[in-house]
Amino acid sequence: MFFTYLRRELRRRRKAALVVASGLALGIALVIVVNSVSAGMNQAQDKVLQSLYGLGTDMTVTKAATAPKAGEGGRPRFEFGAKDDGKEQSSDRVMVQGFQTLAASTVDKVASQKGVADAVGGLSLQVMKVDGQFKRGQFKQDPGSGGATRQGGPGGEPRGRVEGGGASFDVNSYSVYGTDVTKAGLGPRTSSKITEGRAFKTSEADAKVAVADASYAKEKKLALGDSVKIKGVTYEVVGIATPDSGDAAADLYLPLKQAQTLAGAKGKITTVYVKATDSQQISAVKRGIQKNISGTTVTTSADLADTVSGSLSTASNLAANVGRWLSIAVLVAAFLVAGLLTSSAVSRRVREFGTLKALGWKSGRVTRQVVGEAVVNGLVGGALGIAVGLAGAYAVTAISPTLTAQLGSGAGGGGGRGPGVVMGGPGISQAAGKSLDIALSAPVSATTITLAVGLAVAGGLIAGGFGGWRASRLRPADALRRVE
Amino acid sequence: MYQLRGVTKQYRRDKATVDALVDVDLTIGDGDRLVIQGPTGGGKSTLLQMLGGLDRPTSGSIELDGVDLAKLPEARLTTFRAESIGFVFQSFNLIPTLNAQENVETALVPLRLKAAERRERAAQALESVGLGERLGHLPSEMSGGQQQRVAIARALVKNPKVLLADEPTGNLDESMRDEIMDVLETLWKEHGLTFVMVTHDSSIARRAPRIATIRKGRITLTENSKAV
Repeated sequence: MFFTYLRRELRRRRKAALVVASGLALGIALVIVVNSVSAGMNQAQDKVLQSLYGLGTDMTVTKAATAPKAGEGGRPRFEFGAKDDGKEQSSDRVMVQGFQTLAASTVDKVASQKGVADAVGGLSLQVMKVDGQFKRGQFKQDPGSGGATRQGGPGGEPRGRVEGGGASFDVNSYSVYGTDVTKAGLGPRTSSKITEGRAFKTSEADAKVAVADASYAKEKKLALGDSVKIKGVTYEVVGIATPDSGDAAADLYLPLKQAQTLAGAKGKITTVYVKATDSQQISAVKRGIQKNISGTTVTTSADLADTVSGSLSTASNLAANVGRWLSIAVLVAAFLVAGLLTSSAVSRRVREFGTLKALGWKSGRVTRQVVGEAVVNGLVGGALGIAVGLAGAYAVTAISPTLTAQLGSGAGGGGGRGPGVVMGGPGISQAAGKSLDIALSAPVSATTITLAVGLAVAGGLIAGGFGGWRASRLRPADALRRVE
Repeated sequence: MYQLRGVTKQYRRDKATVDALVDVDLTIGDGDRLVIQGPTGGGKSTLLQMLGGLDRPTSGSIELDGVDLAKLPEARLTTFRAESIGFVFQSFNLIPTLNAQENVETALVPLRLKAAERRERAAQALESVGLGERLGHLPSEMSGGQQQRVAIARALVKNPKVLLADEPTGNLDESMRDEIMDVLETLWKEHGLTFVMVTHDSSIARRAPRIATIRKGRITLTENSKAV
């Protein structure tokens, strides 16, 4: 009887039911779209952060670079002896990038801190390669002047001019990251996948091998087995790495010891990448490291996320604030409208409920009937809302609007194509920023669907609560008297 | 048997107290048939609702077979209505979305019978009022007389002790009125019910052996030797 009565009532009042269901559907669809877009924003931010940190890194430990002292100069300096006329000359300048170096033993110190699951050190370098040639100018004597030779002779001083000559040099800048080959699972290299060749072997701690970023390899026409020369040392390219998103952490990856040798920074690193044992304890671990290892800067993913600006940040804030509050407002309005419509429907059915109570129906049974109808309305609204919400999320994913993430702030610095990011990863420069384009998607999770179903049921229950409360308080004598 | 002693019912209306029933004493024996008459607002329907346990008196007692309905807790009063009282209303009060059989079944829902038994008893009840062919019809598909028959079937399907009818022919034309009265009287005799009916219609009142007239809440009983 419950279901028969329920079905017939909903069919009879389908217009009102549709209004209630549509209101709830709108609210639920908004919740789904806002939630899925927010999830997409988070994924986009995670991708941005992963491109810097690599997978699994919860924080980095660095030491901020100091301003150059008077007379030191900050610019690279190249010296060539211009003896070999016309011959190719080349010089590499390898510089530690962005930070002051830390002793490699810092990694062990950090690893021994409470709450640290793993730590790995890396050295971030910037290489400026200048290659080209000097050409001596040719003396050209003016016709009719002096002797026949440049050296002069009888008949007076020869006159003429030097033509041609000069210098032609290419300046090429790229980033190199020295990675600990024994800990391949942590650090910025993990933000890229090996798409050709192989990664470093643990036995290659001091081997002359390199992994090239796919874009850099394409630009420099590097293939597996090719060699790259840095400061006179030849490295064989054993792997090509493609970043999961955005830019790669570096153009070339070398074993840490090789990078240290190139930079003349034996036993030095620029960054310690830290994985915490518990993601909920990151702040405590950060405090512990800062307290116990003085002079270092600890940067968590959250700190880095705070530096993200640009359209990604704007859209993320929009989804988090405006979208969330809009969804809540629409839901509250939908719940209220559903409640009032259900309550009003009870008012129109006073005689009906009064009669049922006169026949011996208990208040609870009448209330259940009203709540049941409202819950079914809610579920219909939920189903509609989920359909509309999924369509909305699908549309966002299909359109995939591109958002730009601006990491860090300020201008200048850096140079070259290596990423220059405030805090954190390789190629880091405190003054430079990094811009990444991320395609936005709107993934709908099972949690979001569960939330939508929960809201639908809650909407039905709230609406049913309004109506049921009125129906339960109805005294049969009053109900029958009112209409007769 | 009903035993009413000193039943008074007062309502508050616009800060004034209205006496709907004043010190009513009344006895209705098992199987009796009583008609209540009186002017509009005199207290007829109020008395009927008291008898049916739909309302409680301000003072006095209403005993049915020794149980004082005025003092029964709400849940037991509801059970009492479900088991012992059949109501027939002037406006039929059928559920518009349910068909004839389902409407009759609503009276059996509180008795927690199995669905199959409910359906069977509802069909039998409709058969007994001559609507065996119209089980699946909605109220809107039936005439006023047929709707009232469905309401009568609904009142009687649970085999109540008492049948209370409030102006059961008030919304019917003359031919329908006689038809419904014939049905009610036949069923009253067949079931041995206690039958109390409120009516304005003197021709119907004259068919009853006892007539109670209520004016300004006070009751006067008349024996009718010319009862049908």
